[in-house]
Amino acid sequence: MDNRYSCFFSDMGFLNVAISFIIGISTLIMIRIFYVVYRSSKPLYSRPPGTLSTLIILGSGGHTAEMINLLAVMQMDRFKPRYYIAAATDNMSLQKARVLEDSLPDKAEVELVGTSQFMQIYRSREVGQSYVTSVGTTLIALSHALWLMIKIRPQVILCNGPGTCVPLCVIAFVFKVLGIRWSSIFYVESIARVRRLSLSGLLLYKLRMADQLFVQWPQLKSKYPRANYVGLFQVANFRLYWTSEETEVANHRIFQIKYD
Amino acid sequence: MGGSDDSVKSKRIVFVTVGTTCFDSLVRAVDTQEVREALFKKGYTDLVIQMGRGSYIPTKSTGEDGSLSVDYFTFSSSIAEYLKSASLVISHAGSGSIFETLRLKKPVIVVVNEDLMDNHQSELAEELAERNHLFCARPQTLYQTISGMDLGSLVAYQPGDATPVANFINRFLGFNDE
Repeated sequence: MDNRYSCFFSDMGFLNVAISFIIGISTLIMIRIFYVVYRSSKPLYSRPPGTLSTLIILGSGGHTAEMINLLAVMQMDRFKPRYYIAAATDNMSLQKARVLEDSLPDKAEVELVGTSQFMQIYRSREVGQSYVTSVGTTLIALSHALWLMIKIRPQVILCNGPGTCVPLCVIAFVFKVLGIRWSSIFYVESIARVRRLSLSGLLLYKLRMADQLFVQWPQLKSKYPRANYVGLFQVANFRLYWTSEETEVANHRIFQIKYD
Repeated sequence: MGGSDDSVKSKRIVFVTVGTTCFDSLVRAVDTQEVREALFKKGYTDLVIQMGRGSYIPTKSTGEDGSLSVDYFTFSSSIAEYLKSASLVISHAGSGSIFETLRLKKPVIVVVNEDLMDNHQSELAEELAERNHLFCARPQTLYQTISGMDLGSLVAYQPGDATPVANFINRFLGFNDE
């Protein structure tokens, strides 16, 4: 047989197999994605589960305050072990979470609270950072997010808006598709969002990556029908006092601006 | 002159807060003569300005000459105390600041910072103003808002709570609640 012809035919054969393989795998993945999105929108367990490992994503300032408001009314004995993630430059949020966790034994439950872990994730981009270095820091942030998610593999994810939540939720979604871990992702849009979703909320809504998305104003419910309207919930004991550390941090920022 | 307790009781303090932001246009607007006179005419005695990261420094005044007493500072660890002792709050449009003031049931004028990019803050301020929980203004319209405001038209804000969300999540995950 002529070598050139046999090479050509086996090349064609190989190409066909490769293409069929790629199409086949892509189709399987698409089917799996559709199944994941469909199944995620329905209540998860028919029988009460035991405890569920939970990842709580904290953002700066108002985001953390609203998340603490939500955690304060949830039965913490169901959601453990608990992991908190905040941006690496956001010390205040983790401190507030620590305060909440320390306060828990004083509530009705008598169990130990030693199962919470605190972590930090690198922010993709600091305010004012140049876009060139942003690519590098985003890659670092994504790798760090991936590493944390592999370690934690939470069954429940609670987030409410900061940019830090998008990479984590995307990774969680990929884990679902690949069968690594099924996470129920709950996104609560901030009370400050009245007519438009935040960018994080919009991404998770459009990409159908959140199992359930909650909004606090009726205008958002009309605009985004798949969202759940839960009314306004600034809890009566919401407090926004500054600790002395916060004052110090804020004063330091002034110092930098005035004397740089 | 009297003891400090007496003077606190007869004071009506206007507290201006910009949080951790830089909001020079608000501080400037408050520091104008017309706004100070409008506040004085409405019966306020003291103006305290928390100016945050702003670079514009207001002018202090003791108010001995029969006008508004003016003082300022950058940050404090006890903003809540200032809010509690105020008769009127003029605040930037951060949601934390807004709800903190509403929780304390203080009349508040929320001023939107138009220099901010992506000003979604104005949505919240405008919505709450429409529901008569507060007054909403821009630095340029502060004077008109103060002169024309009727505190009696304000409706108290009833805070909700996050229980509906928690209940939804519990049901979704299959927890049965006794």
